[in-house]
Amino acid sequence: MLLGLDPSIGAILALDGISSGIIYGLVAIALVLVFAVTRILFLPQGEFVVFGALTLAMFQEGMIPGTVWLLLLLALCATATRVFDHLRCAQPEGMLRTVVLNLVVPCCIAALAAWAAPHKLALPLQVGLTLLLVTALGPLLYTVVFESMADASVLVLLIVAVGVHMASMGLGLVFFGAEGFRTPAFWDERWSLGAVTLNGQTVVVMLAAAVLLAALWLFFERTLYGKALRATALNRLGARLMGVSGPLVGRLAFGMAAFIGALSGMLVGPGTTIFYDSGFVIGIKGFVVAVIGGLASFPATALGALFIGLLESFSSFWASDYKEIIVFMLLLPILLWRSWGAAVHDEQEE
Amino acid sequence: MNKAICTALLSISLGASQAHAEITIGATLPLTGPGSGLGIPSKNGISLWPDTIAGEKIRLIILDDGTDPTLANKNARRLIGEDKVDLIIGTPSTPTAMAVAEVAAEGHTVHLSSTPVEMPEGKGGWTFRLSQQNPLMARALVAHMKKNGVKSFGFLGYADAYGEGWLKDVLPIARQAGITLTSAERFGRADTSVTAQALRVIGGNPDAILVVAAGSGAAMPHKALAERGYKGKIYQTSAAATRDLIRLGGKDVEGGFIVAGVALMPDSLAPNHPSRKIGLAFVERYEKQFGPNTRNQAAAHTYNVPLILEKVVPIALKKGKPGTPQFRAALKEALENSGEIATTHGVFRFTAQDHFGLSDDAAVMLRIGNGNWHAEPR
Repeated sequence: MLLGLDPSIGAILALDGISSGIIYGLVAIALVLVFAVTRILFLPQGEFVVFGALTLAMFQEGMIPGTVWLLLLLALCATATRVFDHLRCAQPEGMLRTVVLNLVVPCCIAALAAWAAPHKLALPLQVGLTLLLVTALGPLLYTVVFESMADASVLVLLIVAVGVHMASMGLGLVFFGAEGFRTPAFWDERWSLGAVTLNGQTVVVMLAAAVLLAALWLFFERTLYGKALRATALNRLGARLMGVSGPLVGRLAFGMAAFIGALSGMLVGPGTTIFYDSGFVIGIKGFVVAVIGGLASFPATALGALFIGLLESFSSFWASDYKEIIVFMLLLPILLWRSWGAAVHDEQEE
Repeated sequence: MNKAICTALLSISLGASQAHAEITIGATLPLTGPGSGLGIPSKNGISLWPDTIAGEKIRLIILDDGTDPTLANKNARRLIGEDKVDLIIGTPSTPTAMAVAEVAAEGHTVHLSSTPVEMPEGKGGWTFRLSQQNPLMARALVAHMKKNGVKSFGFLGYADAYGEGWLKDVLPIARQAGITLTSAERFGRADTSVTAQALRVIGGNPDAILVVAAGSGAAMPHKALAERGYKGKIYQTSAAATRDLIRLGGKDVEGGFIVAGVALMPDSLAPNHPSRKIGLAFVERYEKQFGPNTRNQAAAHTYNVPLILEKVVPIALKKGKPGTPQFRAALKEALENSGEIATTHGVFRFTAQDHFGLSDDAAVMLRIGNGNWHAEPR
């Protein structure tokens, strides 16, 4: 018995740590993806998590989620900026496509969501609708906020990302109110394995993470779009010279980040109460994980996620008053270790 | 400097244009940020105010402080300096209330605080509390524990001022009653899990566990304890006394106890208690406006403000006109010598020494059963 820890408690803690670690890992993978492709440290990733969980909670209550209005607003802004660009460059040919992609599709999604909300559809349909709704926010957000400053320095992009985070948190309060929500579990089953109870939701979290990782691997290895993202991550200018469209990969990366965020929100929602401002802490922990992975490597990120989840779980048990300090203090030695041996690579050489 | 003079001139001219004396009340509330779960109902309570108090018209200024002490301080300075308020209301969050209390004392303006904020000696002398002080709630809690044979308890609370304040206040009272603390664990509102802390607290094998959390945040630890098969009594504090606990906790919170302000359950008072009728009226008016079962602590605190002013404003008016330092000083003096004032949260007896004012009948123990709460016998 190590400080009150017996094997069964250890097993429960490990299971708990792994399942929160997976959530941080999903957030971190989205952060790494967005950073590699667009050089944006996307702090608002936590807000996608919250939007996912709370949108589903609103569907459960039979109310139209506020994200519908956000989608319409972003769609209008995105269409306006893109149409303006077309007119300014006197290039009317792609205009119809732009309007369809940026206005008609989001409006259809919003209309579908608004229609479905009072019907209280079955849970899988609501989950699908939530994924659709939140995923659509990603590319539009990129078009409205980041596309025009794609070449700005990392620092400027970070500052703008902080601004987006503040704005989305405030919108979250307007959309969902100050009180928190829980979403229903996807699988309400429990198994007793000795002293440890394994519940269905934990299994769903693990399966979903595994499927997502496999899908990402296939996407990056086997599809042209995946290769375009990898090429941009490797060398922006080179990729552009080879005909990879900068705005396209940016929107794609944001869409994937929003999808992963919404999914992780619905995975974490049954286990904890999600508030409009919960995204910040989840996002920051995801960031710590992403830093362990050097903001570049997906396997290292996955390992880091499990490590942070376990560390948090065990430190909550032994020293709950210091657990946040322990998790965040860890950034210092990790940064030190990562800066050793790593070649000095400076973004702002000018 | 110029700006200060301009502001001064502006307020003089404004003051001159107000031929009719009206009472200006400023409120700084956490309408956004982590305290918004309390700030929004506080504002709802204000919406039920009458237009006049003691025959005087009310001018109301409500500012949002985002649960940020710096902004609350700025708001309080603005209210006192520019708007020349006669009275400040706010806030239901402890750190912001401390910021307001300090400014109110500097500006010689009465501050009615929705949280039982403790101020250091010599500071916050103009602050009066609208809510039950922690020791009062803790006494009701410990009395209930003792009556039900609880010999030891574990603590599972927020890692913030609310959690720590409760732990500090409940410990000596519990010790006096012969109830020991087995272990104290903390968690954060936005944590993804409290399983580890729940295991630790249950590991100490206490007869009861005290959960100190607010609003919908109180459901997660309660559920975690139930999921880990804890069979002892689970107690919650007044900040958890909202419907959100039942909405989110479902069957896992059945059988739990909440120590709350009496405004939530006016039926529990003796038929001749002065707060009974007032409390019933509050519940009826509030739930008519905001929906069934929406009654809550924070709204009752702000709802009480006109009830208190109705008694002290007529006395203060004899000493000075609203908008003057004389009126503000008279308001403080009247509050300190007002005797008994019946409100939804019990009977206030403020004195120059005691700016808390409530006595033990202001607390009620609730038990959650069948998705509703019921008052425990006193």
